Amino acid sequence: MTAPAAAPTALRRTPLYGLHRELGAKLIDFGGWEMPVQYAGILEEHRAVRERVGLFDVSHMGEFDVTGKDALAYLQWMTPNDVGKLADGRIHYSGFLTAKGTFVDDLLVYRKTQDAYLLVVNAGNTPKDFAWASEHARGDVRITDRSSDYALIAVQGPKAAALLSRVSSPDPSDLPYYGFRDTKVCGAATLVSRTGYTGEDGFEVYCRPEDASRLFRALLDEGKGEGAAPCGLGARDTLRLEAKMALYGNDIDDTVTALEADLGWIVKLSKGDFLGRDALVLQKQSGLTRKLVGFEMVDRGIARHGYPAKSPAGPGIVTSGTHSPTLGRPIGLALLPTAATAIGTEFHVDIRGRDAAARVVPTPFYKRPSQ
Amino acid sequence: MNPEDLRYAESHEWVRVDGDTGTIGITEHAQKQLGEIVYLELPEVGHMYDAGDEFGTVESVKAVSELYTPIAGEVVAVNKGAIGEPGIINDDPFGDGWLIKLKVSTDVEIGKLMSAEAYADYVAEEEQEK
Repeated sequence: MTAPAAAPTALRRTPLYGLHRELGAKLIDFGGWEMPVQYAGILEEHRAVRERVGLFDVSHMGEFDVTGKDALAYLQWMTPNDVGKLADGRIHYSGFLTAKGTFVDDLLVYRKTQDAYLLVVNAGNTPKDFAWASEHARGDVRITDRSSDYALIAVQGPKAAALLSRVSSPDPSDLPYYGFRDTKVCGAATLVSRTGYTGEDGFEVYCRPEDASRLFRALLDEGKGEGAAPCGLGARDTLRLEAKMALYGNDIDDTVTALEADLGWIVKLSKGDFLGRDALVLQKQSGLTRKLVGFEMVDRGIARHGYPAKSPAGPGIVTSGTHSPTLGRPIGLALLPTAATAIGTEFHVDIRGRDAAARVVPTPFYKRPSQ
Repeated sequence: MNPEDLRYAESHEWVRVDGDTGTIGITEHAQKQLGEIVYLELPEVGHMYDAGDEFGTVESVKAVSELYTPIAGEVVAVNKGAIGEPGIINDDPFGDGWLIKLKVSTDVEIGKLMSAEAYADYVAEEEQEK
């Protein structure tokens, strides 16, 4: 057996690092951050979120303030989703796209007012995104990197609302899905949004770095009755994959367009011009040559990120793959030639030199019961 | 924690020799490092291996690890139970979580493997390097 590689030094740490050590987390390098991959175990943490409530440190995520009279016009140009349709206190999923319609990053847009927005971006992309956003600034727009001003705790699972509502004011359980507002949680000033990356009901709590440890501990304590568990990035990955949420660097990057990624629902061609629009219009007219689809294995084995795929219509690639704890079998996402993306199509994955059959299946792999 | 009657390899497998049969598994330390094992690939009975050959893979949710046989021989049994329920490797790595049995062709290699005590020192050293 080969031992996993030791974590290299000089990684960035979140304000919760000390608490992770105390809770016995196994830490790994994630995009330059020393983050907990698991505490008790990935399968157990996955189950905690599907059945009860899990707490995640996602303080490594990047946050930008975008303010100014031209903030709306700027974001309409910079992102494919229709920011004009966002009401105050609402959020949508979107991205920064290149002129080719591929991803600089995927992100969330929080509208505070017409002149003030919060963007939440992927940790490893924060410097790149900030440069991209700044380069393209025009008119009366100020872009400020607020990443080090926020710690971020995700509270996810069917019991998340019950837990948070006991310690928060106003009560977050009446927030709409993808809504947010300023909220006192355990006495701390926070911004709470009804968002997450797990496919469950849940919230993300943005707080000051100095409050993060006390808050995380207080939520764990308060949630004992609900079976609250600290959860790491390992479970976050299996949870998001079951819900078919894309992971930048795995499923999407600057070589994959928003349409190829099956994210056409964030591409609002009718809203007016935006960066990447011309390329996406052209791609829509000429038809996609490849598309991201979900698959399950027919043969035994786990197809993982980067494994080559062979379909009847030509080669493809596995972008994400894991053992699904909920389904108890291997699942994954693959970029395949469009002609091979119909549900039920069989293709093969090269699993370390062994040819294993897989089949295109409907997604998401998991949908929460109340949806 | 490491049974005294086993011999240990630097790649974190153990061998139990009983007559001319060698049983191979992974150590408690190895299963802990891997985390919950969800998939196991083992050879068919009849396969011949030299010492150091890869004979299969174990996968946790996050990672794939190759399995190496510390001794040479022909596979005479594989643990079908562990293939169906790989979690037993985590639960009982030195017992029910065994992987394969080999008909040992030479015991030269067995002498080169570590005692329980030497293996414990080796793991401690490896931990310190992290």
